[in-house]
Amino acid sequence: MSPGTGATANRRATPGPLVSMLRVRDLAVGFGPRPGTDPVIAGISFDIAPGECLALVGESGSGKSVTARSLLGLAGDGAWLQAAELAINGSDVLDLSDAQWRRRRGRDVGLVLQDALVSLDPLRPIGREIADSLRLHTTLDRAARRARVQEVLERVGLPDGRSRVRQRSGELSGGQRQRALIASAIALDPPLLLIDEPTTALDVTVQAQILDLLESLKRHGTAILLISHDLAVVGRIADRIAVMSAGRIVEQGPAARLLASPRQEQTRRMIAAIPIDKPRGTRLASPGDRADAPATPLSPPAFHVSAPAAAAASSASPAHDLASGEVVLEAIGLVKTFRRPDGRDQLAVDGVSFRLARGTTLGLVGESGSGKTTTARLLLALSLPDSGEVRVLGRPFSAATERQRRRLRPELGAVYQDALSSFDPRLTVDAVLRDAVRGARRAARTGSAGAGTAARDRARVLELLDQVSLPRTLLTRRPLSLSGGQRQRVGIARALASEPQILVCDEPVSSLDVTVQAQVLDLLDELQRERGLSLLVISHDLGVIQHASDQVAVMLDGRIVETGATAQVFRAPRHPYTQSLLAAVPRLA
Amino acid sequence: MTDAAAGALRPDGAPRSARPVRVRPRPAVRRTLPGLLAARLVGAVFVLWAVATITFVAIRLIPGDPAEAILGGPGSQTSPEALAAVRARYGLDQPVVVQYLAQLGRLASGDLGRSYALKQDVTPLLVGQLGGTLLLAALALVVAWLFALVLATWSTRGGRFAWYLGSGLEIVAAALPHFWLATALIVLFSVWLGALPPISTPGPAGLVLPVLTLAIPLAGFLGQIMRESLLTALESPFVLSARARGEGERGVRWIHALRHASLPAISLSGWAFGSLVSGAVVVETIFARPGLGRTMLNAVTVRDVPVVIGVVMIVAVGYILMTVVTDLAQWIADPRLRRR
Repeated sequence: MSPGTGATANRRATPGPLVSMLRVRDLAVGFGPRPGTDPVIAGISFDIAPGECLALVGESGSGKSVTARSLLGLAGDGAWLQAAELAINGSDVLDLSDAQWRRRRGRDVGLVLQDALVSLDPLRPIGREIADSLRLHTTLDRAARRARVQEVLERVGLPDGRSRVRQRSGELSGGQRQRALIASAIALDPPLLLIDEPTTALDVTVQAQILDLLESLKRHGTAILLISHDLAVVGRIADRIAVMSAGRIVEQGPAARLLASPRQEQTRRMIAAIPIDKPRGTRLASPGDRADAPATPLSPPAFHVSAPAAAAASSASPAHDLASGEVVLEAIGLVKTFRRPDGRDQLAVDGVSFRLARGTTLGLVGESGSGKTTTARLLLALSLPDSGEVRVLGRPFSAATERQRRRLRPELGAVYQDALSSFDPRLTVDAVLRDAVRGARRAARTGSAGAGTAARDRARVLELLDQVSLPRTLLTRRPLSLSGGQRQRVGIARALASEPQILVCDEPVSSLDVTVQAQVLDLLDELQRERGLSLLVISHDLGVIQHASDQVAVMLDGRIVETGATAQVFRAPRHPYTQSLLAAVPRLA
Repeated sequence: MTDAAAGALRPDGAPRSARPVRVRPRPAVRRTLPGLLAARLVGAVFVLWAVATITFVAIRLIPGDPAEAILGGPGSQTSPEALAAVRARYGLDQPVVVQYLAQLGRLASGDLGRSYALKQDVTPLLVGQLGGTLLLAALALVVAWLFALVLATWSTRGGRFAWYLGSGLEIVAAALPHFWLATALIVLFSVWLGALPPISTPGPAGLVLPVLTLAIPLAGFLGQIMRESLLTALESPFVLSARARGEGERGVRWIHALRHASLPAISLSGWAFGSLVSGAVVVETIFARPGLGRTMLNAVTVRDVPVVIGVVMIVAVGYILMTVVTDLAQWIADPRLRRR
């Protein structure tokens, strides 16, 4: 268990043969003025043995992060904490003073947070961040600290430490950053590591590397509490899984058993929501899952009356029937170059061509930096290609003047990854949608302002809400007070306002929990069936792409390296890059 | 799979369209320090030229005859011969273009002309006054920063009461006009307490009230900005990470949060310094302190055009220098600005 440094020398001897590195009994935490009332989490009990990994799984808001932070004495300002027992490495930590807690943090317990770009101080070199706990907890001199930092960097797979230590988090890639963050947490080799969503922001291949690193820490004897919303990721390294919901652990057990035969509803739902290996067209969200949605299903006749285009297109339903084959969106040899900060040119998009057929979904998959988003911007003519052309409904789009383009723009809807920042936070949902409806009315040049326009706009807003299954009570809310899934639904409703035939979705679900993601993917699927929409779905998540698309295009360094029918590409990938991507995807065993 | 579906995707390398490649030029991002300074220098020359031109034009628009101003201001009894002599001497009888070019030439060589009222060269006159004003403004900036730092750190630490008190103090301070604050400080410290001289005496004691007058409103302003960004920084994940490594409250603030919090305040300091120089006009007058501000006020009252131009040019140079200093400070404080 010792890496052979002085750092571990001061570790307490653990008593007893059957040790538990972390022992939690009946933990409750709340933020109310009176301890014991209105707990955010309650009745939390678990143990973690050395070299064991317990995964705490649940949707956002289920209390996972609060649990982890309580184990560091960092539950938050004004938080109360009660427990029957809370022991780290055999010693009680329930009634520690602030100073006592400080002496333990970093030495007995390490914390790794989600987004390393902001979890490491962007103004400080990573060497300093990593050396911090050495400076705080040991009497090592500068040279010894430097040596230890090199050692830790090597251990997390960031060799070449001499130049690395002077870099800052912004200068590292996502994977390197996450490694550096882990290094800063294990500099003193704490026997217990709390890891909060370590791979959520990462590409699959990088994600796989980080999971490997965590596995090696586990072998080395570190006890790990892993927090995640993603059961597939967790399944790879967790020995045991505890599922949290509404502040309580609803199910706990060995990982294999729990994934194979979940006993609780919540666990079943989370497993069902994982999109990978689920055929196109199957619903991901479980029936009881639609907390967001109104009790009554949407009423198709209402919008068929007002949406002749959809009615016409719906003849192509059931969707995924490619008989019509009409190309609605076409990219021909798109090229886009950017000037990099160091003055050199970078080909962001390098000869990208594809066709999107009516009523089908094309999935564009690739890792960050592969040019997916630039492609989306080119398709929407938010930026223009250096060469190549975008055609919409057979007509020139990127090659047209903006005035000509404006007539085609209503046919293209856009859904963005970060719904929150795509809204004006001061506007209510009503205002956001009304704005979109008004814009669509003006673009269509139907019904100039006059009597009844306001009422018609209002009716249209309600119709849009119905289409994305949101209750009308949300109209007066502002984006900040909506859940992630509700926000993305509003984003989709806004994109539908102009009754587009094509929807370009850039990472539509990547900031959402798996179960919420499932609902949004189901919604997109429903909309396609009912309205004959053609979808371009951009994602780094192969599971999402596999589940949602008919055709798939794999992007690497600005080029499309493999295309084909989704089932075929996933069954027998030809390009080595596609093969490596698919190999890296975490799946349920 | 139908033909249409099979053809839906073209393999990579499809023929590129016949449209010519349009590569629009973009300005290179200057991230090296020499590049940044060079860009500033070019900008500075342009700004100074613009200032000189605008002042030249503005003075032609002022009603009244400059020659008359030289001979004692409007309303004084002057003979046509005397006026003609003065015009010839100051080149006022030349065509406007010649005058303009002559003035640009003089400015380029650092010659700001000759004061109408004081009958001496403007450049040495203003250079003599510059030190006092710069000292005043620089001290005020330093004091304002100290106040703002103390206020921001204290009010984010001491709970709800400190928070409200701190933000209230900042708003009040930022809203105080210099002339009122100066009077209030004189009443408090000189009249009631008798601790400090009411007018600026040469020693350090004479500097206290003028510096406070300039520093307090600026401190309120900087403090507000710093407190907001300090709070943001304290809530950020990297601070949580630092705490999780065992960093104490002081370490969290000094090593992490304050550096982030000072970034916006640094970028505002260039502007702040300029506003301090203009604030010096009021403060120097109230405290009867020699300096650029008071010289300018006197010059404006007697229409001493060359002195006014001189002050304007010096303030413009000051602004430019402060912008460069601000850039440098940001360069040091925020490594993300540096070239990767």
